[in-house]
Amino acid sequence: MKIDTVLRIVDLFAAICFILALKGLSNPKGARRGNIIGAFGMVVAIGFNFATPGLHRFAIIVAAMVVGTAIGVPIARYVKMTAVPQMVAGFNGVGGGAAALVAMSDFLQSHPHQLAVYQVVEVLFGVIVGSVSFSGSVVAFAKLQELMTGRPITYPGQKVINGAVFAAIIAGGGWACASPHTGVIVGIALLSLAFGAAFVLPIGGADVPVLISLLNSFTGLAVAASGFVLHSVLLVVAGTLVGASGTLLTRMMSKAMGRSLANILFSAFGSVVVATEEPGVEGRMVKSTSVEDVAILLAYSRKVAIVPGYGLAVAQAQHVVRELADLLEARGVDVYYAIHPVAGRMPGHMNVLLAEANVPYDQLLEMEQANAAFSTTDVALVIGANDVVNPAAKSSPGSPIYGMPILNVDEAKNVIFLKRSMRPGFAGIENELMYQDATTLLFGDAKDSLTQLVAAVKNT
Amino acid sequence: MSGSDIINLITVFALAVFVGIEVISKVPSVLHTPLMSGTNAIHGVILVGSMLVLGNAQGTAQLALGIIAVVFATINVVGGFVVTDRMLEMFKQKPEPKRKSEDAGDHP
Repeated sequence: MKIDTVLRIVDLFAAICFILALKGLSNPKGARRGNIIGAFGMVVAIGFNFATPGLHRFAIIVAAMVVGTAIGVPIARYVKMTAVPQMVAGFNGVGGGAAALVAMSDFLQSHPHQLAVYQVVEVLFGVIVGSVSFSGSVVAFAKLQELMTGRPITYPGQKVINGAVFAAIIAGGGWACASPHTGVIVGIALLSLAFGAAFVLPIGGADVPVLISLLNSFTGLAVAASGFVLHSVLLVVAGTLVGASGTLLTRMMSKAMGRSLANILFSAFGSVVVATEEPGVEGRMVKSTSVEDVAILLAYSRKVAIVPGYGLAVAQAQHVVRELADLLEARGVDVYYAIHPVAGRMPGHMNVLLAEANVPYDQLLEMEQANAAFSTTDVALVIGANDVVNPAAKSSPGSPIYGMPILNVDEAKNVIFLKRSMRPGFAGIENELMYQDATTLLFGDAKDSLTQLVAAVKNT
Repeated sequence: MSGSDIINLITVFALAVFVGIEVISKVPSVLHTPLMSGTNAIHGVILVGSMLVLGNAQGTAQLALGIIAVVFATINVVGGFVVTDRMLEMFKQKPEPKRKSEDAGDHP
């Protein structure tokens, strides 16, 4: 068999592995096996491609791979689970950068004036989308890692400037099609890098995960474009799979936040701390409580809901929370966790964090199940969550989070907020729930409070 | 490349769009994070393309671009799969059914 035929069969094999990987990843049982199948397909594809006719520089290629592995593995292994969103952003960024470089390199290695227009378009698409994904991911990473403010960055004329840069990219693309030469392509790449960064600046930290999902699908499309450039069926299939599934995933995430994708991308959500509608609200009193009181309340309840938010993750308190839940369970209290789809900093993030603390899967209730359970719940313990339990999402049409499905914590008999301070949540919105009669607040670092609660429950 | 080649690729592209959508259309929100990081790893297949451009590079500039592309793509592939596996490893089924059935009415 000719080596070319073998390579095509390998492409097909790897493509099937990737489809099985995605299929596996969409249900908890087969997820890990799916991921391993995907990795296997990847290794096979890369291994066989060393046999590509006319390929030189094995040593340099392998050396570069060793460097990449030496960077990637430690990051992936040792970064804390709370930092997963920025890690995904980082990996996505380098992938997009690689796609842009591949498209550009192929252009440099060809004879530009022999390229048909459609071939130039393929190169341009790879360069533009890959570059946007790269710089966009870098800024998203910086926002999540708090290297820069997580609040939206806006300035006068921002949309006009972004629009102008975008128009310049398109115009440059037209020019490149008419007369393809290196300078124009490089210029377009630089403009695209600028556009990617400028596009992400006005997006608030709370929305960045949705953005990462979008950039993820961008990188997929850039890879598909590079596949067109290189005539590689595998790159086209894999890139398109990611592009399509990523787009759908992005839409599902924005739906979970009750907002449209356009609203997430263009509204600079959370740029101002929104004043509540009725004046005078700021002056109202909240009830604060003590660790001992909470411990007694919890210990003598029948049913307790734990509502974790990103604050829990920041405090690295997921293990202590499980300890508390175990103690309560041992006393016969029915404990469940109410997980909002966007709890944490990324949809599904909280499930990962609680799984890390060995919380049994069957105690994690999704929003619909949890909302059905609140009315029979004695105590809802809200730990570091805010926006996902804010009734303003249901009651005040003026609120930026209006329309977001929330956990109806207010239906529980008692609500206890574990909070560090009275600062509003990630989205910068006041929470009416904190002023309600059934609500008490326990101030302090989530981990400290929980540790004290564990001790107090033991003594009760 | 001949005209039929590009048509073949477009055919593959169009079909892959539908497969991509179909395959994840029912994913629960529980798995959004691992799915995102898993798809992230899959687009690291650009490493195959990066190898080819590095292997065919001529001159220092092309060589540099190729090397960066391979390093970037490798970080993407390796990091993506490893972190996804690390996450999924934790998604275990309930370890043991430790729920007692006698806790109905006897609260202290």
